[in-house]
Amino acid sequence: MPEAGRYIARSIRQSLRLMVGLPDYDVYLTHMTATHPDRAPMSYEEFFRERLEARYGAGKGRCC
Amino acid sequence: MHNIRRHLVWLAVAVLGAFALGTVALSRGESINALWVVTAALCTYLIAYRYYSLFIADKVLGLDANRKTPAHRHNDGLDYVPTDKNVLFGHHFAAIAGAGPLVGPVLAAQMGYLPGLLWVLAGVVFAGAVQDFIILFISTRRDGRSLGDLVKQEMGVVPGMIALFGTFMIMIIILAVLALIVVKALAESPWGSFTVAATIPVALFMGVYLRYIRPGRIGEVSVIGFVLLMAAIFGGQWVSQHPVWGPAFTFDGKALTWMLVGYGFVAASLPVWLLLAPRDYLSTFLKIGTIIALAIGIVVVMPTLQMPAITQFAQGNGPVWSGSLFPFLFITIACGAVSGFHALISSGTTPKMLDNERHARFIGYGGMLAESFVAVMALVAASCIEPGIYFAMNSPGALVGTTVQQAAATISGWGFVVTPEMLLQTAKDVGETTILGRTGGAPTLAVGMAHILHQVMGGQAMMAFWYHFAILFEALFILTAVDAGTRAGRFMLQDLLGSFVPALKRTDSLPANLIATALCVAAWGYFLYQGVVDPLGGINTLWPLFGISNQMLAAVALMLGVVVLFRMKRERYAWVAAAPAVWLLACTLTAGWQKIFSSDPKIGFLSHAAKYADGLANGVLIAPARTPEAMSRIVFNDRLDAALCALFIFVVLSVLVYSVKACLAARAAHRPTTQETPFEPMGAASSAAH
Repeated sequence: MPEAGRYIARSIRQSLRLMVGLPDYDVYLTHMTATHPDRAPMSYEEFFRERLEARYGAGKGRCC
Repeated sequence: MHNIRRHLVWLAVAVLGAFALGTVALSRGESINALWVVTAALCTYLIAYRYYSLFIADKVLGLDANRKTPAHRHNDGLDYVPTDKNVLFGHHFAAIAGAGPLVGPVLAAQMGYLPGLLWVLAGVVFAGAVQDFIILFISTRRDGRSLGDLVKQEMGVVPGMIALFGTFMIMIIILAVLALIVVKALAESPWGSFTVAATIPVALFMGVYLRYIRPGRIGEVSVIGFVLLMAAIFGGQWVSQHPVWGPAFTFDGKALTWMLVGYGFVAASLPVWLLLAPRDYLSTFLKIGTIIALAIGIVVVMPTLQMPAITQFAQGNGPVWSGSLFPFLFITIACGAVSGFHALISSGTTPKMLDNERHARFIGYGGMLAESFVAVMALVAASCIEPGIYFAMNSPGALVGTTVQQAAATISGWGFVVTPEMLLQTAKDVGETTILGRTGGAPTLAVGMAHILHQVMGGQAMMAFWYHFAILFEALFILTAVDAGTRAGRFMLQDLLGSFVPALKRTDSLPANLIATALCVAAWGYFLYQGVVDPLGGINTLWPLFGISNQMLAAVALMLGVVVLFRMKRERYAWVAAAPAVWLLACTLTAGWQKIFSSDPKIGFLSHAAKYADGLANGVLIAPARTPEAMSRIVFNDRLDAALCALFIFVVLSVLVYSVKACLAARAAHRPTTQETPFEPMGAASSAAH
């Protein structure tokens, strides 16, 4: 049961962050260590900035 | 045996839904409880999801759990990330839900709650959710490409360009109509104006905080921002009662228009981290929170619907918007039933994050069902206030008069009994000086929400707070849309103009950006201004234009779906997309035709223009115009709107021709001609990618 509770809490948190264009940082780190161990991953602050520019910079539209 | 038992549960759901819908539809003369509406809607969604979306997933599209999605193929931890389907559902829902599903149903309530409800339910099941689902599927099988690219790829370059240009014009109309909603809600309202103005410094503070003080801490800065917003609402109350600040924050529509135009220009030119991003956080979280609060409120309060099931205005001739039920109801409620704009989202970020192709059903179809439920709640909120008050708020002054006595007399004459005292008391309850002529849907929704939520929390004393909370929540995400939309329009414009003047294409050049931004703001600002000075309230003119264009985009998306099904050699299932496409074409083309050529000046742009042109020729002033200049402006604007309507019709007809050609070519071919990214199996290979 606590397992399910943790999953729900984590999902809500991730979903709220993804709603404003921020994917999970830990997933990004895991991906980087798994596939690009030779490259240094961005710090959280760099990651945040990069995602912010990606979300709004290209002038993506929003729904009515 | 087990199989039958599995369906029994769903049979029970179906029976309950049918009973609830029957109660809603067949009750005459007695008012019914909103819970019946909610039950009918939820049962419809459950059955549609369980059976129809499964049919589409398995038979029509053939979703393949073993096919590698773009998220796995291009996994970069940033744009392409395999995402938990519940998490992605939230992202997708937040991207598609906006002002549309909240405003359309409120405007449609003038015909009674039943026509709107039936269209929302039937529309979402057979058109809206189908469109979102199919486009998400098509885009996922093509590396997450955008709608414009998809049309280009599957139909050709020319229809692709036409679709892009159409999208730009739709964007302009959407921005104008959204801004108009804000103007109508804030005009002569110092409380509202102060609160909304206060969101700008709050957002600027949050932007600086996130950039320099505590970089990237979205959660804590959003909490701070939320507290400041609540303080701004209470501050607005103080301002509205202040002898000096009250008048200082009281603006008329024209002044607000100029402020919004100026704001749009500045906001779209500032760096995104400073204003756009932080306000987006606030508006997104507030939007989700308010939708949940409204759902809880309706279940707890169980309000009774005051609006009749069907009013005499279902015949046409309603005060809120003109035209008969067919076709105008079906373009008035766009988002919530079917919305073309969703095709842009379903071919945007979502397909790049699908963990598995089979999730497209839950996210595409299910996400749209959730948005439809928002529309149902808006319909409930608008229908649970006194019909007399509803009509007083939504009818233009030119029709019902500008004093409470005149308005009460006119509206009571229609059969919706209301007294001047009731109108004054309602205005006082929500902390405003007047509620007359507050068209645009948002203030009505705010009164409805205040009516429901004050019974959950705060009691009568909090009614004004909840009203302004609702206004703030709507204005906040509309302003975010205005900012983001202006930027998007600027990029499209730079792309289009760049073909002629290469210097304009450079998005890193400040003068090029400023020129494109100014052009974009001027375009929507023009339509906004036209709407604000329109004696019939503007919504009358602009909302149908928005509805027609948005539904036409949906028709374009569904036609793309038909073409792709033909090219996949699945044409025997093409009716799933073709039927709603044909319905939307029928509605939008009829509506477009009537808006241009109807001989009733209330509906047809050209006959309205002719009426004023005749007046000018004969030297007669026709109210509400007071000068010959005003009359010629009306004539010009009418003709401009007619031309715009004709342009939309041209766009959709040419896409129709190209899709029929593409379908015929695909039929003649002996094997599938669709241009999907080649199949790669899920599994072992996925970790080796990149």
